[in-house]
Amino acid sequence: MATIAAAPPYTDVRPQAVDNSVWSWLTTVDHKRIGALYLVSALFFFIVGGLEAAVMRAQLMRPNGTVVSAEMFSQLFTMHGTTMVFLAIMPLSAAFFNFLIPLQIGARDVAFPRLNAFSYWVYVLGGLFISFPILFGLAPDGGWFGYAPLSTKAYSPQINMDFWVLGLQILGISSLAAAFNFITTVINMREPGMSMMRMPIFTWMSFVVQFLVALAFPVITVALVFLQFDRFFGTNFYTIAKGADPLLWQHLFWVFGHPEVYILILPAFGLVSEVLPTFSRKPLFGYPVMVYSGILIGFLGFGVWAHHMFSVGMGPIADAVFSLTTMLIAIPTGVKIFNWIATLWGGQIRFTVAMKFGVALVGMFTMGGISGVMHSSPPADLQQTDTYFVVAHFHYVLFGGSMFGLFAGLYYYFPKFTGRFLSEKIGEWHFWLTLLGMNLTFFPMHFSGLLGMPRRVYQYDAGQGLELFNMMSTMGTLVLMFGTLFLVINLFKSWKGGEPASSNPWGAATLEWTIPSPPPDYNFAELPQVKSRYPLWNMKGGEKLVHETTYAEEKGRHIPTAKELGIVMPNPSIWPLVCAFGLIVMFSGLLFMDTKLMVAIATMLTGSAIWIGSLYKWLLTPLEDHH
Amino acid sequence: MTATTAPTTAHGDGHSHGDAPHAHGGGHYTSLGLDSRKIAIWTFIGSECMLFASLISTYLIYKGRSPEGPFPHETWTNPMTGEVFKPILNIPVTSASTFVLLMSSLAMVLALAAVQNRHVPKVTTGQKILGSSKLWLWMTCLLGIGFLGCQAYEFTSFIHEGLTIRTNLFGSSFFTLTGFHGAHVTAGVIWLFTLLAIDYKRGLQPEDATIVDIAALYWHFVDVVWIAIFTLVYLIK
Repeated sequence: MATIAAAPPYTDVRPQAVDNSVWSWLTTVDHKRIGALYLVSALFFFIVGGLEAAVMRAQLMRPNGTVVSAEMFSQLFTMHGTTMVFLAIMPLSAAFFNFLIPLQIGARDVAFPRLNAFSYWVYVLGGLFISFPILFGLAPDGGWFGYAPLSTKAYSPQINMDFWVLGLQILGISSLAAAFNFITTVINMREPGMSMMRMPIFTWMSFVVQFLVALAFPVITVALVFLQFDRFFGTNFYTIAKGADPLLWQHLFWVFGHPEVYILILPAFGLVSEVLPTFSRKPLFGYPVMVYSGILIGFLGFGVWAHHMFSVGMGPIADAVFSLTTMLIAIPTGVKIFNWIATLWGGQIRFTVAMKFGVALVGMFTMGGISGVMHSSPPADLQQTDTYFVVAHFHYVLFGGSMFGLFAGLYYYFPKFTGRFLSEKIGEWHFWLTLLGMNLTFFPMHFSGLLGMPRRVYQYDAGQGLELFNMMSTMGTLVLMFGTLFLVINLFKSWKGGEPASSNPWGAATLEWTIPSPPPDYNFAELPQVKSRYPLWNMKGGEKLVHETTYAEEKGRHIPTAKELGIVMPNPSIWPLVCAFGLIVMFSGLLFMDTKLMVAIATMLTGSAIWIGSLYKWLLTPLEDHH
Repeated sequence: MTATTAPTTAHGDGHSHGDAPHAHGGGHYTSLGLDSRKIAIWTFIGSECMLFASLISTYLIYKGRSPEGPFPHETWTNPMTGEVFKPILNIPVTSASTFVLLMSSLAMVLALAAVQNRHVPKVTTGQKILGSSKLWLWMTCLLGIGFLGCQAYEFTSFIHEGLTIRTNLFGSSFFTLTGFHGAHVTAGVIWLFTLLAIDYKRGLQPEDATIVDIAALYWHFVDVVWIAIFTLVYLIK
């Protein structure tokens, strides 16, 4: 007995004649194509950020390294952090939001397809805006959290931090627009049977993340506005001599920054919660608890920000409160770990590459979580803060957690994205080298950190016991680079030449696996109506639990086009791109504020005219043809 | 229409989606039966709450921290020059502009009602006045502009009295907070003028109520924020 109302009538895995011209990609409003654009751009920035880290590791390989100057080193660590957080992990998650949320809830697209395109273009143009200066040695150099007053004109008079302030402001617009879009999509675009508690966990975690974005990003927007005004218009928000509070920036930044941590990890948690059940052939253990713990993490995530600031001396009461909330948030996170282990328990486990990354996340993230909870104790934190111990901690959660989850998702969903598998053989190399490289890079940092090696210094002296650990970390980075090379090779090889995949090649359970791989532009020929959390798994008796299809069964079947089905698709539009471009032009005008005031004003006016004009053009054009 | 033309066997009741009672927003099926734009504007407003919360908190945290005047509620004598600065805030003028902004919200409510009831026959003069969407949209815009005019007057007089955005912490946080609010009002006025242009071009029909409704939600939100600012910045000493 199938648990969806009707078997999917059209199943074929070959794409129909698809318009692949550059123009079609520039004007696309299809969530799947936008997802692909996010994926490719984010992987590009991931490699850029990785190379920045590699140069830093080369510098630190031996005591008193001379590969780069102190100034360049500052730019490298600033850009490495900024790139990985805002240009790699968040957009990689966004690639999955775009591709999967509409498919998992049974929708034809997101609620606002053109706004979705706008988010992407703002992201990619903003990413280039903030990244390009490093080629000229003008990249931001005040750390990824840009502490003011250090980042004000008095202490960072160069143009470097201008790029950072404006770039982050631009990227915030992208994330906020996407958050409004996805919240609306999840609330309002679910197919009739998809109640909230039937939604796949990935969609649930993404939903929580969108709320975090919508509520946390305005706070950093304000912090950045103050900094912009201080830098460009001479206000006094961060001028201590005028009575400003030196902690204002830190509070505003971390009120954003801590939810940001969960913005980075929850999508990966969601992906792993899809991967583990499929490859254990068991439903996720404790689905409701997984949902509630995700919500609780999101909620508590707003109440722990000052644990990033224990060393500034907030006093015993604030320290105690934030110490307690930090310990508290470890509980829902731990619950997730145990639920994943219980999901694996007694399952028919298949160790595909996706599964390996998923299981590795459970282990690696737990290690990062344990060193994280150590920081919740202010006396311990005072010893660890600003040392490599902290660097080790957050790389275990961000690399071992977020990136491993995203890699698991990539191997798992690549067949759905493209209709082809990623090579498992090359994937094995990618996985093992990444696991080995990650541990070799970051595990020794626990020791160098506890020995007192501070973060963000470009040189250290010999004879402090740091040589071995730093050499290990640099060697680990080399291994990681090889691992990533295998990923790149795999992507290139499999994009066109991978083994063809059926609509449900892994025998998975959720709605996205009912439609062809890759999905046709309209996704669902008819609105599906699920009756359980696992529509493709027969949960109540029957001879076979898992319905797995093969490519041979589906080969050669005709997939009708949207036209044949009479489905009206949204029209492509160039205006989101033009609007995003105008926005970037407007912001770049501020770069000339000090030197050429007239140029600055002219640029800002031109940019405003472009984005406001194209916004009107966009809003006054209907999304679809009349029908 | 996507929903009606697609095969609908999966939709158990056999109705095409276009006929279903929950079909709104151009005939597409939506989970809540609401137009998606309405949900989006609420999420946007939620986000904006955090924006203004951060701005207002900063103002309050910085209140009284500035070593040098002028100050909002107290007289300040410059110890170097002996120059005396009166308290900056002009409560009577701002009370009047607050009243103007509150009245604009009333006009906005009437404009939305007029659009929704466009096809209801109007007999008496009172019904005709209340039923004119153009009149009430104009009224909302003009009251909004009136509020902005008061703000422009307020800002210029403060500058004349020696307080700019650069002068001290009070100046920086005050001008940024109220300036951000003023920018929101300005965006709202432009939005309302756009609706007015549509009304002149083809007449806003009851089907257009959603686009007026979301503009109205934004407008009321900006109004509510002002009540918070007026109370916390102007009235509380």
